[in-house]
Amino acid sequence: MMALPPYASPLERLWRVAFILLCALVLLFLISPILAIMPLSFNSEPYFTYPMPGLSMKWYADFFQDPRWLDSVRASVFIAVCTTGLSMVFGTLAALGLSRSNFPHRALVMAFLISPMIVPVVITAVGMYLFFATLGFNNTYFGIILAHTALATPFVVITVTATLIGFDQSLIRAGASLGAPPMTVFRKVTFPLILPGMISGALFAFITSFDEVVVVLFIASPDQRTLPKQMFSGIREQISPTIAAAATLLIISAALMLVTVELLRRRSERLRGISS
Amino acid sequence: MSVSAISDDRSTLKSRLRRAERVQRLRAIGLVLPLFLFILIVFVTPIIILMTRAVDNPEIADSLPLTSAALANWDRTDIPGEDVFAAFAVDLVAAQKNKATGLIGKRLNYEMPGTRSKVLQAGRAAEKLTAAPYKEAFLKIDPLWGEIETWKVLERASHRNTSFYLLKAVDLQCSADDEIVNVAPDQALFRDVFIRTLGISTLVTVATLLLGFPLAYMLATLPPKHSNILMILVLLPFWTSLLVRTTAWVVLLQTEGPINDLLLFLGLTDERLQLIFSRFGTVVAMTHIQLPFTLLPIYSVMRTISPNYVRAARSLGAGPFHAFWTIYFPQTMPGIAAGCLLTFILSLGYYITPALVGGPTDQMISYFVALYTNKELNWGQASALGTILLMATLVLYAVYNRLVGIDKMKLG
Repeated sequence: MMALPPYASPLERLWRVAFILLCALVLLFLISPILAIMPLSFNSEPYFTYPMPGLSMKWYADFFQDPRWLDSVRASVFIAVCTTGLSMVFGTLAALGLSRSNFPHRALVMAFLISPMIVPVVITAVGMYLFFATLGFNNTYFGIILAHTALATPFVVITVTATLIGFDQSLIRAGASLGAPPMTVFRKVTFPLILPGMISGALFAFITSFDEVVVVLFIASPDQRTLPKQMFSGIREQISPTIAAAATLLIISAALMLVTVELLRRRSERLRGISS
Repeated sequence: MSVSAISDDRSTLKSRLRRAERVQRLRAIGLVLPLFLFILIVFVTPIIILMTRAVDNPEIADSLPLTSAALANWDRTDIPGEDVFAAFAVDLVAAQKNKATGLIGKRLNYEMPGTRSKVLQAGRAAEKLTAAPYKEAFLKIDPLWGEIETWKVLERASHRNTSFYLLKAVDLQCSADDEIVNVAPDQALFRDVFIRTLGISTLVTVATLLLGFPLAYMLATLPPKHSNILMILVLLPFWTSLLVRTTAWVVLLQTEGPINDLLLFLGLTDERLQLIFSRFGTVVAMTHIQLPFTLLPIYSVMRTISPNYVRAARSLGAGPFHAFWTIYFPQTMPGIAAGCLLTFILSLGYYITPALVGGPTDQMISYFVALYTNKELNWGQASALGTILLMATLVLYAVYNRLVGIDKMKLG
């Protein structure tokens, strides 16, 4: 916050106090729901009220012993890993192509490739349900992975394109002029520079698939349960502290991913000489 | 090569450069092509299928082919003649064999509620009809078949394409006189839902702007050391699953939940409030989820604004508020436009959060698309509602592209 100049009037000082207070409240609003749900997963009673009568790990025991929860985690990880792999290949290649300066109709093509992020996911889900019904892809992991790849790849395109902004194309020419074949140039020059963007994109793709529930609700069979689907049906029936435990585990993994992405972003900016 | 190099002149150099550039461009297109085709097949094809389903109308034409053909020659002024009824009897017998009468009844029921059972009854009765006059026989089965209105609806429904679902999606219908009129007030539903969807989205957009703008300003003007830490508080919710954040709000807003506890404790209320399954809860939860989407574009614009402009204004005698309002605020407009537009577009499509936090009167258009797909199995209506929502989204997305530019979109 810019320090107030010495000539600031009393009204200005009062306004500033109110402003800082407002910002603190907004930050509280942002973070408190996430912080409030975590302790409740350690409640010894199946209620969601403070103060808690006692602490217990039983909801976590519940989570890790119930085959339905464990199977749903396994299914979600499997789908998310396959989705991440596919969207990395499609997304990175496309970002490399789009970043060439002479790409025709760049903005239009980009808008097209990003559109799965914008179109309401219910529309995508119903469309895929109708389309996959004709192909026999409904109720298959293959169908879910295809659908998730379409939803996740825009994130890879955006993050990798962002690392390629300000990418010095003369580095590639320098490598080539020194006699390196294109693959070697890619491996030794391009790849290390876009790697942070690729990892960020991979994390975004993973989390997009891992969190996705709407498409799964439409095209998965009743016994194909992913973690979000399991949570969703749990909340609809009777919200239990086991769901709070699952939510807490997801919040912790989100925090780890956020830290990774932030560190990568800073490293990438340092590598490319853009200091923040 | 060496010969051409020796005989080199400007035009061949130019053409070689052009050829090299063409190869480069083809290579770039080749890199993008796999994803382009993938999106085209896996994402665009389903959406095109959805849009065609909104006007697709195969039920009557497929199940009553002879009747449909006979009705094509009908003059629509009086009850159809014996030829139509004879065709109807033959079609119904075939439909009864293929178990298609249910489908016909369901389709007719969309336009004339309560007729489903009568179609089933006619199907069963038709099997016993053996000889003319069929017209008389059908009139005896049910007076429904003697009403000209029934046959007008059947005739309209016998075409392979229909505007019925799209009209219904905005509470309109084709009247008996083939005019487009409002549906009966007790059947009108979707206009309210669209208005509600727009209303909730607007409310959420305004709320995220009012909360996000001051925080973005603080984050942008703090020294990076402090702002980076506070930024984590903004980004952690952004990274946390939408379902987890919705779960958190379901827990917090419960009648026996922490927020009601807090309100009682502070003495702000005497009895527990109905916060969950309410419009208030829906808007609060959606605002919480969308806040980072509005805040981050504003923040990145603010970071590029030099403090010198405001300093100059102040040194020229402008008051602090005047300087902020006339000098600083206009410069943040690109960020405000980007953030608000993105939040508005994304809000229009919300499904999970209203479904879990909202009550029956807080559901947005996506909920009805899902309802007609999964529960009512009326894919025509689901597709029509989805098509209208899609069109609204695409128009706003085009505006976003013009104003902001898709390559300016940043994550985190």
